[in-house]
Amino acid sequence: METLTLGKAINLGLRRAMEDDAKVLIMGEDVGKLGGVFRITDGLQKDFGDERVIDTPLAEAGIVGTAVGLALRGYRPVVEIQFDGFVYPAYDQIVCQVAKFHYRSKGKVKLPMVIRIPFGGGIGAVEHHSESPEAYFSHTAGLKVVACSNPSDAYWMIQQAIASDDPIIFFEPKRRYWEKGEVDTAASLSAAYPLHDSRVVRPGTDVTLLAYGPMVRTCLDAATAAAEDGRNLEVIDLRSLSPLDMGPVFDSVRKTGRAVVVHEAPGNLGLGAEVAARITEECFYSLEAPVLRVTGYDIPYPASRMEEEFLPDLDRVLDAVDRSFGF
Amino acid sequence: MTRVERAAPRRGGKRSGPPEPEFVQLLTPEGERVSHPDYSVDFTDDELRGLYRDLVTVRKLDAEATALQRQGELGIWASLLGQEAAQVGSGRALRTQDMAFPTYREHGVLYCRNIDPIMPLGLFRGVDQGGWDPVANRFNTYTIVIGAQTLHATGYAMGVAKDGKVGDDDETSEAVIAYFGDGATSQGDVNESFIFSSVYNAPIVFFCQNNQYAISEPLERQTRIPLYQRAAGFGFPGIRVDGNDVLATYAVTRAALDNARHGQGPTLIEAYTYRMGAHTTSDDPTRYRVASEVEAWQAKDPIVRMRKLLEKQGIADEEFFKAVDEQARVEAVKLRERVLSMPDPDPVTMFDNVYPHGSPLVDKQRAEFETYHASFEGSH
Repeated sequence: METLTLGKAINLGLRRAMEDDAKVLIMGEDVGKLGGVFRITDGLQKDFGDERVIDTPLAEAGIVGTAVGLALRGYRPVVEIQFDGFVYPAYDQIVCQVAKFHYRSKGKVKLPMVIRIPFGGGIGAVEHHSESPEAYFSHTAGLKVVACSNPSDAYWMIQQAIASDDPIIFFEPKRRYWEKGEVDTAASLSAAYPLHDSRVVRPGTDVTLLAYGPMVRTCLDAATAAAEDGRNLEVIDLRSLSPLDMGPVFDSVRKTGRAVVVHEAPGNLGLGAEVAARITEECFYSLEAPVLRVTGYDIPYPASRMEEEFLPDLDRVLDAVDRSFGF
Repeated sequence: MTRVERAAPRRGGKRSGPPEPEFVQLLTPEGERVSHPDYSVDFTDDELRGLYRDLVTVRKLDAEATALQRQGELGIWASLLGQEAAQVGSGRALRTQDMAFPTYREHGVLYCRNIDPIMPLGLFRGVDQGGWDPVANRFNTYTIVIGAQTLHATGYAMGVAKDGKVGDDDETSEAVIAYFGDGATSQGDVNESFIFSSVYNAPIVFFCQNNQYAISEPLERQTRIPLYQRAAGFGFPGIRVDGNDVLATYAVTRAALDNARHGQGPTLIEAYTYRMGAHTTSDDPTRYRVASEVEAWQAKDPIVRMRKLLEKQGIADEEFFKAVDEQARVEAVKLRERVLSMPDPDPVTMFDNVYPHGSPLVDKQRAEFETYHASFEGSH
């Protein structure tokens, strides 16, 4: 076991993937000498060379579009989008090309590429640096979308994403990059928890809290606080946003009868809406209350001095838990 | 190769007819063989007859596809009429190992890659969205979003270089060609592909068929300078070729491809041509261009000038021309029969190949779809 920050865990995961497969490439802005603006690719160009860790021109569509061509040629590109709000120039390439190549070619082409996106707020940044665009990509057939929430998952999930034949959008909770956790780096990749499975990260009996990425920590903290009030909250880390792994969610809600979905992204047509609909379809007779959502507001991401009020926090999660019990 | 011209840009106003372009030409519209200081290529008589046969055949197959659309057998068709020389010349210039990234109009290139011409018909009939193996065919699936494929081609070419497949040996070194039109040159993707290929010195040829129109919009809505001159700003050579001259197109493309495979980086070729037909069968070009313009280009027809050359050189007779026409007709009939016998896909196959190894959501919806349809069995 090693104690690693989430950021370092991704760095080591990338390193191990590059060691395991010479076809793995890293591409992005400032990923070489600088090691990325968050230092996630720190040291990789030095050790693997600039043919495999590629500083690209400053053009997101170009980065993703050329990665498609490299994948056609047999490479496994891992693309870094510097910040969530910078992915949109590449949106056409991701949605029209990355997502559809396999389908268009009737399965004759696989695009085993990973698009890493640091996402979410809480770092006091300027506009475009704190967004949560996961719903756009989860809505698109042909892509798979995952979000890691802790160092151990970060280490394994990035390697699983790279090894996968699917194109994967890999969301990293940037405000949690510096949080530490235990990682068993000696274990084998094949033994890792499945990439597209959700996971109960804190068992409980009274309410099911559902989250992914940065909000998993918030929900765990809320569950700790609720325990002091005698409420026993179950927390599920969804981990995979497309496809969603709803089995453990249904099991949990059938047990608790109450569910609260939490994400930073605005609520309107967000992941929470889909999760709530599916719970209602499958667990209608088990529900004691409507599925509630705690999300960012349906506004552009606000100036950073207001972001603490925009982002779901422990109190807003507990408020929703209270409201759930009010039905 | 790049000539820096400082032509005064037209600043809007009425189009005063196309400027006489400076381009590489080896065969005039009158069928005269002319020479060019930088590009000379010797064709055997067989090769010349072969190029003529290609031109006639791809035009015939294209006309057949247009007819099939008019008869309701294809949903839509993007005709290459008028652009046969640009496609056959560049298509035959590719070496076997080279990789092509087409738009949705490169039926002539496809034919010259010795690929079954039925391949794109499924897409236009609506039974699939391409469905062929791009790598095995050395010809990517048709890309409909304008310009997107130029980035794929660039990435692929970067991969060629990484694989050590750039070098002096023409038989093993690889080059990539990206097709696009004049309208696409306004796209960000195309400009980004110029930048990426330039800074990484990728072995790629950008082949722009300037057919003068992006659906209805004339060239002056895309550019104030000749398109081939754009290359200078990106740091690689640009050259304009008479796109209705199959010999010049072949020579220029072959040279650019070989430069690329030898490690000299990208070239932009502007094949100056004209879309004689509509953008697609859904289009009505009489709304935006005049008959006299079309007639002027008719006089520059790529096939007529090749026929004149063959006649002048005495290497083909009436019997040959008749045989070529007949062979093309037979191929077209065969194509028609195969299109008509193309089965409609089983709707359940729409759920196939969304992901390489399936997905719980898609798998569940497939099962529900089958159950739903099974519930109607036996009822009317």
